[in-house]
Amino acid sequence: MEVHAAFATELAAVGLAHKVALIKTGCQGICAGAPVIGIDPEGILYVGAKSEDVPEIVRTTLLGHAVVERLCFQDRRGPIPKRADVPFFAAQKQIVLERCGRIDPSSIGAALAAGSYEMLERVLTGMEPQAVIDEITTSGLRGRGGAGFPAGRKWAATRAGHDETKYLVCNADEGDPGAFMDRAVVEGDPHTVLEGMLIAAYAIGARHGYVYVRAEYPIAIEHLKIAIAQAQELGLLGENILGTGMNFDLKIKVGAGAFVCGEETALLMSIAGQRGTPRPRPPFPAQSGLWGKPTCINNVETLANVAAILRMGGAEYARLGTPTSTGTTIFALAGKVKYTGLVEVPIGVTMNQLVNDIGGGAPPGSTFKAAQMGGPSGGCVPAKYLDMPIDYETVKEVGAIMGSGGLIILDNDTCMVDLARYFMEFCAKESCGKCPPCRIGTTRMLEVLERICAGRGRPEDIASLEKLGNAVKNNSLCGLGQTAPNPALTTIRHFRSEYEAHVNEKTCPAAFCRGLIAFSILPDRCICCGRCAKNCPVDCISGQIGKAPTRATEQDREQGKVGRPYVIQSALCIKCGACLDVCPVDAVVKK
Amino acid sequence: MTSSSVVDSSVDVGPVAEIVAAHAPFAEADIIGSLQDLQERYGYLPQPALDELARLSGLPVAKFYGVATFYAQFHLQPHGKHTVRVCRGTACHVRGAPGVMDSVTRQLGVAGGETTPDMLFSLETVACLGTCFLSPVMLVDNKYYGNLTREKAVKILEVLAASHTGKGAAN
Repeated sequence: MEVHAAFATELAAVGLAHKVALIKTGCQGICAGAPVIGIDPEGILYVGAKSEDVPEIVRTTLLGHAVVERLCFQDRRGPIPKRADVPFFAAQKQIVLERCGRIDPSSIGAALAAGSYEMLERVLTGMEPQAVIDEITTSGLRGRGGAGFPAGRKWAATRAGHDETKYLVCNADEGDPGAFMDRAVVEGDPHTVLEGMLIAAYAIGARHGYVYVRAEYPIAIEHLKIAIAQAQELGLLGENILGTGMNFDLKIKVGAGAFVCGEETALLMSIAGQRGTPRPRPPFPAQSGLWGKPTCINNVETLANVAAILRMGGAEYARLGTPTSTGTTIFALAGKVKYTGLVEVPIGVTMNQLVNDIGGGAPPGSTFKAAQMGGPSGGCVPAKYLDMPIDYETVKEVGAIMGSGGLIILDNDTCMVDLARYFMEFCAKESCGKCPPCRIGTTRMLEVLERICAGRGRPEDIASLEKLGNAVKNNSLCGLGQTAPNPALTTIRHFRSEYEAHVNEKTCPAAFCRGLIAFSILPDRCICCGRCAKNCPVDCISGQIGKAPTRATEQDREQGKVGRPYVIQSALCIKCGACLDVCPVDAVVKK
Repeated sequence: MTSSSVVDSSVDVGPVAEIVAAHAPFAEADIIGSLQDLQERYGYLPQPALDELARLSGLPVAKFYGVATFYAQFHLQPHGKHTVRVCRGTACHVRGAPGVMDSVTRQLGVAGGETTPDMLFSLETVACLGTCFLSPVMLVDNKYYGNLTREKAVKILEVLAASHTGKGAAN
């Protein structure tokens, strides 16, 4: 924000205020390089700029037409000034994210200038609803929320519903920890979502719509409100849209903090003001959904593709990606990788390309161990599958799911057993409680995992987890329970040795689980600064501040300035790791 | 029903009528929205306000209670002046969030879901704030603090507490 203000001041100071458009945009994708500045038409990208750098940028680049090298993206060969040349961007194919980060999301004028609602006009004035559905079916677009159900089929089923009243719902609940692409799209280019909804509503015959946004996304809600108001003002929403007689009203429903409400039937319950508990299907929402009416629910990313697909034609879209998983998808790259952020790629790129070519590989001191895909419903894909092309089918074969597109990179410091425990804790907490397999099963699995991580694993535990896991998977009412065991089952499948170490040898190979590790201080490295003792919550570290004995002089000894290396009392140590975090010389070790 | 030290009879239920009117004609679909408005107004959901909401809307208070206890965002106990939300999402988890949570709970002296006795801070954990590239992240009211270490997190809270007492670090 300060950078934006600095630009405003500086541009005015040098008299360029009327010549340079200063735009506050949505996410530019390379979050690791924040704050990010894009300069067009040159296509220059600056990363990590501070407000103090602004005068130089204005002088050198805007006035001098030269590049400030130290602010460019750097790789081994040197600075890369142009966005299009940066590997993070060069490998992407941006359809959904195309305008995100280029336009001001709070201006419908900017959206219109960039092409918004052009396709809507063409559709409303020149295409039959069935033709729209056919085009989407041809494109092979699959739901991007996680399940990957063919969008065209869902639309056709809803259209076929026998009722005057139909609903279109946009699922912007994005509850998966690690996924933030829907947030970026709603914040950065809301009109692309609105246009997708309008076209979908026309195709299925819905006159009422809802966007269900999770409460944890206040900025997205704000930008959506602005976009809807602006669209209404211009006659793009409401009655008699574009003078064609189409009516469509749109309301925002804010979530209240329940992960299960990302599940379509639970989401509908929430819109209806009820506790968000799912129900069995059939009947599917397309036949009987919100208040019993035919309802089509689509994810933000799915809808954001609609206008672009119609513009390029379904067949053209289907040429991207793989035969069964067409088009592009957005991955949210996070965790132990150099360049975290959002990347949109044709489906079918390999993990290697994502992690190394685009993501820049592991940061210094880190070795790739696995990629966690699909959030708490997904699984861990280990290094041996690095060259596997990622699509809906291949991912299932290794036990994971594509899911929302969250891709968290893990390294050797991550304990896979703890990760399974972490996800199970999440699922058990978020379980709505309606069906026993999920309500009881996730709790029991969590108990076993917690015991294992605490060093109290029993020989039969791994088999128990597998048995329980399959029971929960096969008998739960909804997707939450059906996929909750995935992290545990895939980590047992691909990292069995870690489980065995925890259970049989009572050790944690990644040195993470508190019950199985011991902290100690290397006396020769200790500089007797006392920071460890000061930060220890249970006062179990003792020593004396002063000069390190190995470096003390005779004078220091005479003056009593020599310290005593610090020692941790293992019996009292709670293994919190605070000492390790604060030691300035890495004298604290854990194993 | 509540075990808080705040005397509920001191709650002024006047504003509830405005909230109900804003949702007229009041239907079940307005339950969540009206509860969100109520919490926005009072900082939490006081029992007398819930009773009034039920009375004016014509729906049973059990319906409101059922919804309020299902969704994590609703609080039936008084809430602190500042809400501290430590993100426990996957990306944050692998980048040190457990350590941050540890230090924060020790600094404030409360566990997740609780409020400090001086009513200054309410601590919550959130599954994911969607700002994974800043992990580990903490949201204090509406401000995001990212790339946290234990010390940074504690410092942020110390500074915030000091701004209220005008003295040094808080408990």
